[in-house]
Amino acid sequence: MTQDLARFARFQALVDGDERIEPRDEMPEAYRKTLIRQIAQHAHSEIIGMQPEGNWISRAPSLRRKAILMAKVQDEAGHGLYLYSAAETLGVDRSELLDLLHAGRQKYSSIFNYPTLTWADMGAIGWLVDGAAIVNQVPITRCSYGPYARAMVRICKEESFHQRQGFEILHTLSRGTLEQHAMAQDAVDRWWWPSLMMFGPPDDQSPNTAQSMAWRIKRFSNDELRQKFVDMSVPQAEVLGLSLPDPDLRLDEETGRYDFGAIDWSEFFAVLQGNGPCNAARMEHRRAAHEDGAWVREAATAYAEKAHARAPAAGAA
Amino acid sequence: MTGQREWPLWEVFIRSRRGLSHQHVGSLHAPDAEMALRNARDVYTRRSEGVSIWVVPAAEVVATSPDEKDSFFDPAADKAYRHPTFYDVPAEVRHL
Repeated sequence: MTQDLARFARFQALVDGDERIEPRDEMPEAYRKTLIRQIAQHAHSEIIGMQPEGNWISRAPSLRRKAILMAKVQDEAGHGLYLYSAAETLGVDRSELLDLLHAGRQKYSSIFNYPTLTWADMGAIGWLVDGAAIVNQVPITRCSYGPYARAMVRICKEESFHQRQGFEILHTLSRGTLEQHAMAQDAVDRWWWPSLMMFGPPDDQSPNTAQSMAWRIKRFSNDELRQKFVDMSVPQAEVLGLSLPDPDLRLDEETGRYDFGAIDWSEFFAVLQGNGPCNAARMEHRRAAHEDGAWVREAATAYAEKAHARAPAAGAA
Repeated sequence: MTGQREWPLWEVFIRSRRGLSHQHVGSLHAPDAEMALRNARDVYTRRSEGVSIWVVPAAEVVATSPDEKDSFFDPAADKAYRHPTFYDVPAEVRHL
């Protein structure tokens, strides 16, 4: 331990000085492992997150909505790639991480294990799920690990379009026919609580938070971020003309913050353990997409090898 | 199986507009340079972030080692006279 302290004195000094750690710097193995796990989980969430929305591309109500939804899903693929690249700077291969995901040995955000039943779900996901993701991710733009922080800057810039397009969908539906308003309300009712769970277990049940904060991977605790999200969302719900499904939600006049009801953590842990409505379907689809795409990867590799084999002749010319 | 093998890693550099130099933006895997350029366009310039892209095989990048960081860059540390602020200039002198 003392030996480690001396060895990682420079690392700790950089972290404490709020400087960034870069790929080839010496770093404690536990720091590296924590980052790989977190960045991989984040990357997996991006690419699994393409599924619930991909489900609605062919049924978007207008060409405008369809083009927007495709751009959003494409962004998510891009975000996955930024994050896999960041993880790879820590000495793992993307293929390795995908294998771990497919084998069920690495996780993705539980939120994507809920189904998207109506078009209004595209609105609720954009507004609430992407909104919660932004609250979670903005502090990571100042994470101590440089490549992760830089990937997050790009992602956060792009996510704000995601949130706004979701808000716009709900706003339009809410002011539409009675049926459309009801559809928007139903979507918000179903996505509100799972969105609050996205911030992770309460602080007193989050054993890794202290270490992640000391390493400046994390800047705020789960409960702090959750509270921030609630405080932002309540006034926005009022503008939407939609209610939030929490009878205990009320403004604390003194703090200016909103008190909210108890979260059903048994649901969170059940979904985490694989018993959500869509866990099996999401994984099955992901594995199938990977296997069905194998021929494309093989063809591209074969083409590159063939071109390479011919290259000397071409190069001599 | 060819499909199982990981494609080489490419570092991506983008000139965001004319007049600026290329800047490193990240990396990606691709089977060859042409695909690397196309993938870089899709991954890193979806919002017109670039007018020119370079891709470089990551394996070809030669870098200084972080271990010798201090000694390697030491020679510049004690040469403050290389900066204009090092010099005492009378206050009334202009355009210097």
